[in-house]
Amino acid sequence: MYLASVGPPRTLLRRVPGNVVALGIVSLVTDVSAEMVTAVLPLYLVFGLGLNPLQFGLLDGLYAGATAVLRLVGGHVADRWRRLKTVAGVGYALSAISKLGFLAAGSTVPAIGAVLAIDRAGKGIRTAPRDALISLSSDPATMGRSFGVHRALDTIGAFLGPLVATLVLWASLNDYNSVFVTSFALATCAVILLATVVQNHTPSSAFVVRASAVGLLKDSGFRRCCVWAAGLGLFTITDSFVYLAVQRRWDIATSLFPLLPLGTAGTFLLLAIPLGRLGDRVGRWKVFVGGHLALVVALLVVCGPVGAWWLVLALHGAFYAATDGVLPAAVGPLLPEDLRATGLAVLQTGQALARMAAAVTVGLLWTLWDLKPALLAFTLALLAVTIAAAVFKPLEVRR
Amino acid sequence: MTPKLFCSALGVLALLGGAITYVAHARATDATVATENAVPVVTGQPMRFDGQTLFFRNLADGPDSGKLAAVPVADPGAARRVGELHCDRFAAARGTAICLRLKAGSLPAMTDLIVLDANLRERHRETLPGTPSRARVSPDGRFVNWTLFVTGDSYAATGFSTRTGLYEVATGRLVKTIEELAVFVDGKRYFASDVNYWGITFAADGNRFYVTMASKGTTYLIEADYRAYRGTAIAENVECPSLSPDGRRIAYKQKVSTGVWRLAVLDLDTRQVNHPPDSRPVDDQPVWQGNNTLLYPLRNSSNTLDLWSVGLTTPAKLLVPQATSPSFG
Repeated sequence: MYLASVGPPRTLLRRVPGNVVALGIVSLVTDVSAEMVTAVLPLYLVFGLGLNPLQFGLLDGLYAGATAVLRLVGGHVADRWRRLKTVAGVGYALSAISKLGFLAAGSTVPAIGAVLAIDRAGKGIRTAPRDALISLSSDPATMGRSFGVHRALDTIGAFLGPLVATLVLWASLNDYNSVFVTSFALATCAVILLATVVQNHTPSSAFVVRASAVGLLKDSGFRRCCVWAAGLGLFTITDSFVYLAVQRRWDIATSLFPLLPLGTAGTFLLLAIPLGRLGDRVGRWKVFVGGHLALVVALLVVCGPVGAWWLVLALHGAFYAATDGVLPAAVGPLLPEDLRATGLAVLQTGQALARMAAAVTVGLLWTLWDLKPALLAFTLALLAVTIAAAVFKPLEVRR
Repeated sequence: MTPKLFCSALGVLALLGGAITYVAHARATDATVATENAVPVVTGQPMRFDGQTLFFRNLADGPDSGKLAAVPVADPGAARRVGELHCDRFAAARGTAICLRLKAGSLPAMTDLIVLDANLRERHRETLPGTPSRARVSPDGRFVNWTLFVTGDSYAATGFSTRTGLYEVATGRLVKTIEELAVFVDGKRYFASDVNYWGITFAADGNRFYVTMASKGTTYLIEADYRAYRGTAIAENVECPSLSPDGRRIAYKQKVSTGVWRLAVLDLDTRQVNHPPDSRPVDDQPVWQGNNTLLYPLRNSSNTLDLWSVGLTTPAKLLVPQATSPSFG
């Protein structure tokens, strides 16, 4: 691994299982491929094709729902066939092929919609088996660090994507097809990497899979984790509302507005590994709940008289670093090996659906009261649930 | 090295090599470096607003593709006069013009908004995020306004929205987005997180204006007062409004089905909607030529745009092929 030969992260990466680093690099390359398309898509639709992009925005909610369902299917099938790597590979391959779909779709609106849907479907299918592989490849005592490393590598890819897209556009004299072809090539390289470098993990137990997702939920520890994660998700404010609120509160120049998510991603990148390790030491549920507390503080700063926009973005990034990888790391060890992907899929789908409901609720409150009161009410509700989640702690406190 | 690793390394190299070859090939066969214009073009002639000239964005293949072009209103088939000005959207009125141009090499996309005088010289420039969508100048020449497409305001999401703003030429006052406009629907102040505005059209008094507002799947026609900075929804399903010079009618694109619109005209007094005799799909803000004729671009067989004109009751005719964004000085 060439990454293992660079300076400071060397010792850290050496202590992280090779399989996790390999999966992280697969995610990094895939994210470069995905984010370069995301970056040029609006330009391509408006200038390359002369379309009206508002036609696509409406489909967004539908996709999110479909992705959630496919995540459950991906997790279940991967466990059932004991082929985590294969199912994850199918997901990665679908997204890779969708990049070439842009060339085939031309300016036909339904075809472009279908291409975007295939890309999302691939993302939905691969998430649960991939997280299960990370989880099964790691020592339960240092699982937080493993997920931290994976999420950090993943975020690096998200940063590089727009840069690579700019480079390709410059080199090809603004040829959008070149961006799609390059994106396809990178995504396919990631599939090859997955196929050759990543090891599949077959459960050591010789017992046939007996329980299902329903059976899993009978386990009180896992059920409580799912319920609390979804409960917190119900009051987790969507990213776009956070950025809108920040923009209004500090009157950020609209030209800088697209850069706000980079602030979140940057902090996420920096804190993913430290907070994952902190979780390993003091207890992952504590860090997970603490992440939500960071979000509460961020939103109170937005509504309050003091503070600065960068503080909000830093806290928002800390929220992601303390929750995104920490939750599967916290819950993974509770799940039997042969149901790891199914369990993680149930957990994350519940959380994702709850967050979708939250987006609808905030939109509704906004319609009734305008932005600031809606935000404040929502934040206080999140604070209440966060305190409850800390008090009732569904997980045993780890050393 | 095992055979399996060797094959994968070969695969990765082949893919990356293929991508690089594709990019190099695209660079070598760039269409915009064509040496011949596909239509007759004259250069070096002055371009001014004299009321007898039709301006548009030239789309004909060749070195002058994408440039602002002009033909006499009386003879739209004449050779196109072009200068050096590149605009993705252009509009002019009363000696003021606005040129929207995508800023080269910007990701996320940024647009230069260039305000021009009667001799097409730059007076003012703003750079805002988004890709050019609509541009207009108020009939008195005091306001320029625009609509830009902006990408989803969320990390790693693919939502799109529009941002509509305006600029007071005399005072230099810039309104980056009119989203703070106090809007009333059915007599109640309307708040929503998903409000989008597009396509402003000003009345001759330089105060009253109309704009499309979309929220929760419905599009409203908003009649607004600039000085009071408030607006009222007066109709639904009216997009990209364009007010006739006499202020009596609004031409617009009317939604037929998802992604398909046709030309329609709303009479503001009688509230009657009429359809000019052209039912082909239109996706732009129409332009009035006098009080009885409309100009609008339509997609052609080579997947670019042609400029058409239609009377309120007389049939449509092709005005300028390979052209869009029409405007009279």
